[in-house]
Amino acid sequence: MFHIFKKAAQTGLVTIGYPHAPAHIPERFRGAPVFDFSAWRDARPACEVCPTGAISTEELDARRRVTIDYGFCIYCGQCAEADGSGAVKITREFELAARKRDDLISIAEYTVNADGSQGELVAFRKGSAAENERVEPLEHRVRQKIHGVLGRSLAIREVDAGSCNGCEIEIGALNNPVYDLDRLGIHFVASPRHADMLLVTGPVTRNMELALLKTYRATPEPKMVVAVGACGIGGGIFGLNYATVGGVNAVVPVDVFIPGCPPRPHALLHGILLALGRMEQRLMSRQSDE
Amino acid sequence: MSQQFNRIFDEILVRCGMNVAASCENDAAEIYADADAADLRPTVTLLVESGCRLASVFAEDRIAADACFLVYHVFDHPQDRRFFLLRTSIPAGAPVFPSVAAEIPAVNWQEREIHDWFGLVAEGHPNPRRVALHDNWPEIHPLRKDFPIDTVLPPFVGEQHIYRPTVGEGVIHIPVGPVHAGIIEPGHFNFAVAGEPILYLQLRMFYTHKGIEKRFEQLSVNRAVYLAESISGDSSFSHGTAFCQAIERAAGVDAPHRARRMRTVLLELERLYNHVGDIGAIVNDVGFGAGNAHASRLRELILSINEELTGSRLLRGVVCPGGLRHDWEPQQVTSCGAALRRFESEFRDLMQIVDGSDTTRDRLEHTGILHPDKARDLGIVGVGGRASGVDRDLRRDHPYAAYDEVSFHVPAYQEGDVLRRMNVRVDEIWQSLKIVDAMLTALTPGPWRIAIPPLPPDCVALGAVEGWRGEILHWIRTGPEGRLERCKIKDPSLNNWPAIVEAVQGNIVPDFPVINKSFNLSYSGTDR
Repeated sequence: MFHIFKKAAQTGLVTIGYPHAPAHIPERFRGAPVFDFSAWRDARPACEVCPTGAISTEELDARRRVTIDYGFCIYCGQCAEADGSGAVKITREFELAARKRDDLISIAEYTVNADGSQGELVAFRKGSAAENERVEPLEHRVRQKIHGVLGRSLAIREVDAGSCNGCEIEIGALNNPVYDLDRLGIHFVASPRHADMLLVTGPVTRNMELALLKTYRATPEPKMVVAVGACGIGGGIFGLNYATVGGVNAVVPVDVFIPGCPPRPHALLHGILLALGRMEQRLMSRQSDE
Repeated sequence: MSQQFNRIFDEILVRCGMNVAASCENDAAEIYADADAADLRPTVTLLVESGCRLASVFAEDRIAADACFLVYHVFDHPQDRRFFLLRTSIPAGAPVFPSVAAEIPAVNWQEREIHDWFGLVAEGHPNPRRVALHDNWPEIHPLRKDFPIDTVLPPFVGEQHIYRPTVGEGVIHIPVGPVHAGIIEPGHFNFAVAGEPILYLQLRMFYTHKGIEKRFEQLSVNRAVYLAESISGDSSFSHGTAFCQAIERAAGVDAPHRARRMRTVLLELERLYNHVGDIGAIVNDVGFGAGNAHASRLRELILSINEELTGSRLLRGVVCPGGLRHDWEPQQVTSCGAALRRFESEFRDLMQIVDGSDTTRDRLEHTGILHPDKARDLGIVGVGGRASGVDRDLRRDHPYAAYDEVSFHVPAYQEGDVLRRMNVRVDEIWQSLKIVDAMLTALTPGPWRIAIPPLPPDCVALGAVEGWRGEILHWIRTGPEGRLERCKIKDPSLNNWPAIVEAVQGNIVPDFPVINKSFNLSYSGTDR
């Protein structure tokens, strides 16, 4: 017992300040790739090496449509290495969660030169993933709300609907003293019947489809679903095949998507807090319905 | 270095009257021989009697090329660093192969998997029910080449699992899963209990089956590395390395010296973060939260070392065929060494706290015993095997990366309880720290990656890595245009699930979580 107290005193506080304080992210961390769309002369090398099809090109007559889907990205950094022109850069950005699937997708259309390279950028639609909502004020508002409405806590049921367990490692880390989710009034529960939120990893397998649906139905209203990782969003590197049905939203409605492979604990935290903003809206609309 | 290796397989094969197959090019790593289906059972028996271990059984569809299926029995021997693959041709028109599961229960699941995935009947199997496909799946064989990967199966009907009844006065069944109470993977456990003690446990896995082996056949080698890293997230680097080693062997190249040492460092870092996390989880499952708090903090320390070195906490996107994707700066190596010295001192404190808790020891000792004879018969590998007298470790027995440059001790115990499975981890952490220290000191400058020449079709090779959990095997056959024709993956979890069935018997249901945790098997690695 003496050793336990001694060690606790020696160790002191290890919990990080995020989201109140900025996250310490190592220099080598591979976060979101960013694209200088107007300067990008050829998307094909990056497209060719992308393991999950997060970067895809489509040749329309005399035009090239380039689609970037952060939902499929596994943050391997191959695109920046293959591109080599400086138009693709790997950043340390990790706050990528989005409420709408479309917000993770950017589409650029170019004219095509005779040599196959891209000419002018003629059309562009940017997903909002790159311009995130600030979490800190949101987190503050939300904490007040969940403290008021949900008995001072948010209960999460984690569901592995077929993952490789990489996401489970990072979700599990939220419980350790470093990330300590409890400090925000959020905790994991053992049953969907006790839960306000399902945090679901994928790809959803055929064998887990029914179990996920039953878990969703067992969760009382109001409830939210957060899809975690490239596989939870769209099936990731496994894709759609005889044994999978793809992302979580193929089975149950999803409120927030958290990209990553796996998302680091800070990114999970960001996504969960983003979802809570949605919770607030939903509760208010329910009240006005009644 | 620590072990003398012979070419013992050569003698055994002569004794069995077998000729080593002419098609084998890379006999430094593995040797192949052909057997007739009729001779298979006696040959396997002879090999096992000669001290060989049957490590894996798998199949491939060669109907297009040779109008047959091939079934491979993979053996190793403690005194030979090569693997021996016995290859049996099964005509497409008579898809039946002789089962050896009655004599060698270690391949019980693997033979049934061949049945499910290829439609090859394991003749004489004592329990020929489905294992990889659930009972409500239609009659399909997804790894046959004529089965398109994107087949959309109709909605499943009927019972998902058919369990054996366990009857008797006061006997009840407790169904658990697939969605469990903790943050863990899905699987179904059916306990038959009388009062608190467990009489019989039936497992149904493969809930996370996502067609990985089939998916490999669609990918180019470079993309397939990322799939290999996603077989089991906690073993991303070990699976990735096993796959890259197989590719390198098929190409007949070796990763450069520096890359092999860097791989050794990363393999040990993966072992460290998982082992220390497991020690915390084991003591937590018997109510020692303070131990877990420190252990999970130390796990974070290793994960941040991983990230500082490679950009990925789980060591993803790091390994590639021919070496590693990026080199390390001297500064990174220095700070990794410093962080590990901090870990070492903190880990010593952690173990002082854990060892000082008599109640924890009391709950762990004599709990979930797996007897050494059962462990041997079931072919249990890795931590679970070494705690029950199975003194095998691929790092020592089939050295790869830079393990032949460093001497280390492989811990083994005979008692086979939860405490010893924890102690194996503790001992291995001390050895890992020694290995990493030696590697970082010996890390001389040099190339860290070499180019892999384009692979011609029909190269075969085996990659073997002792992941933190146990023996990982990747066997590949290359296909046209740089694609893979077949990739067989054997995660140690596939060997070890039956160990849990044995270890829980007679224990109380509330001890199941800690027994399960002490093996800490990967559902995804099993189910693929």
